[in-house]
Amino acid sequence: MQIALEAHERGTGFGDFTARQTMVLRNRHGQESRRDVRIKILEVDDDGDRSMFVFDQPRDVKGTAFLVHAHRTEPDDQWLYLPALKRVKRISSSNRSGSFMGSEFAYEDMTAQAVEKFTYKYLRDEACGELTCSVTERTPVEKGSGYSRQVVWHDRDALRIWKVEYYDRKDEHLKTLEIADYQQYLDQYWFAGTMTMMNHLTGKSTVLNWSDYEFQTGLDDGDFTQTSLRRAR
Amino acid sequence: MPSPSILRGGALCAACVSLALVSAEVRADTDFVYEEVSGRISLESRQFPEAAVLPGQASQATGLVFHPKLYVEDAEGRSVTIAPFFRYDGADTRRTHADLREAFALIFGEAGNSEWEIRVGIDQVFWGVAESRHLVDIVNQVDLVEHPNEETKLGQPMAHLTWSGEWGVLELFGLTYHRARTFPGPAGRMRGLFVIDDEHVSYESSAGEWNLDLAVRYTQSFGPVDIGLSAFDGTSREPSICPSPVPGAQLTQHYEQIRQFGIDSQVTIDAWLLKLEAIRRTGFRNLFCQQEEDYGAFVVGGEYAFYSVWDSPADLSVLAEWNYDERGENATNVFQNDLFLAVRYALNDVQSTDITLGVFEDVDLESRVLSLEFNRRLTDYWALNVEAIAFLKIGAMDFLQHGLENDSFVGLNLSYSF
Repeated sequence: MQIALEAHERGTGFGDFTARQTMVLRNRHGQESRRDVRIKILEVDDDGDRSMFVFDQPRDVKGTAFLVHAHRTEPDDQWLYLPALKRVKRISSSNRSGSFMGSEFAYEDMTAQAVEKFTYKYLRDEACGELTCSVTERTPVEKGSGYSRQVVWHDRDALRIWKVEYYDRKDEHLKTLEIADYQQYLDQYWFAGTMTMMNHLTGKSTVLNWSDYEFQTGLDDGDFTQTSLRRAR
Repeated sequence: MPSPSILRGGALCAACVSLALVSAEVRADTDFVYEEVSGRISLESRQFPEAAVLPGQASQATGLVFHPKLYVEDAEGRSVTIAPFFRYDGADTRRTHADLREAFALIFGEAGNSEWEIRVGIDQVFWGVAESRHLVDIVNQVDLVEHPNEETKLGQPMAHLTWSGEWGVLELFGLTYHRARTFPGPAGRMRGLFVIDDEHVSYESSAGEWNLDLAVRYTQSFGPVDIGLSAFDGTSREPSICPSPVPGAQLTQHYEQIRQFGIDSQVTIDAWLLKLEAIRRTGFRNLFCQQEEDYGAFVVGGEYAFYSVWDSPADLSVLAEWNYDERGENATNVFQNDLFLAVRYALNDVQSTDITLGVFEDVDLESRVLSLEFNRRLTDYWALNVEAIAFLKIGAMDFLQHGLENDSFVGLNLSYSF
């Protein structure tokens, strides 16, 4: 619990940022498909983050945008903008375990993990690469989660997450996330460059590359409304 | 007599001028920092397996759609969007048409704790929550030759002001020009027994299509409850279909001055979406132009999703909506007392495969229409859509659907997006 709280505290306070995500989805035959997403995140005092995702690739969903108002204990609010109909649709947030854009990342893997949404258990310390990691187990509180538990590797230096093992509801080892290419921003915050999610049951994988991080860009609540969602391009 | 398409072009150009003025102003300050061309090209074919009811109607229609979109934005986020639409249809000359779907300038900003946005030009607006029918949605005219589901709309010249804050979102619309609905021509299918005249359109307003129509909408969310209230005063988007004053088989379009109040609401709890849309419309003529009859109508229903069904990533959603119109047999649309039931199966795979099976059941008139739709992405640029609509039975008293008995079809659409 201490590690999670500390990690959370060190990881918050950046205010807002924008970035690009490129995902390469690979099936067991090596066939690839690509997703390009632009992302905006705003921290909110005493509430979950505001997030906006705008899709550039695949091209048939270009301009589709996804807005999330995350909450710490209440269910999140989510809206989808469909550019062909110019329709903003409020959608259910209860499908936490659903696939994000057909990738190996679930919605619950894509949005910020509030400390309150898990219970924690310390397992051990062990070497991870050149660093020493604390290994903890966290159990989702929400019944909508697709996981029975997650095992997380935090390094002892900066409490960055390097690896997460996901166990499904039958407690089978479903997926492993490996995180690499950390860079420090604003002289304080460590953000990942590459996230690789491997699904052990299907043999599929998704490599998520982050780029073009920009911090404290002046975003505010007004950039995360249904009106701004309609403006997204 | 100038042809309607020239009139249409003239109106669009009037909007273009105002757009050009706004965009010139935007351009004067700074250069655009972001430019983008995107869009889609589609090859589409519809096959009608049953012989047409009337002579001259095609048994298949193959065509091409080109729908590019140009977007430019300056450093302050001010932007201009231009999106023309072209369709060539091998069977129906009326379905071969062009439209300016979007051509607008957009500026926005903040004032104290509230935000504002202004859009000027030709744009598309969507109101409402229901799936089977868009009852409160009234700003844009329907491009009916595209699809009988009334989801495709013509560009509408307008000034659109949005003002939002903690207290909700208020939108004002000034609609400067009226677009007449498109209808299939003599060779087209899904047109019923009569061809609707698209050259001699009449208006109740002395200003004709240049009547200034006004609309206002307020939306707010209270936790899981979204509410929208709307009002419209001006030229009806739905035409009154009247017997032609000229002897002959054609029916004509007449556009009344109407007033419409609407409410729409969605409650989103867990995997439930509960939906309501209702309107009260005054000043509109009832079936076949008999007389003005004020009325109310609603659609109520919902949707429930079963996630991760059969141990797979797929979702299965069940939809049910009830459409009601208090005019009963005098209603001007097919939704006077109809149930819509559907099942949607979304695989949530890399190809975003989904399949939807729906049925419209007319409770009073005993008509039944079945629809089946399949979507699948083939590559990161190509996508496939297959749909089938089957008119299983048309009731003897269902005059609005007479002539559609043999118009069941299978449509194939292959799209390249860029």
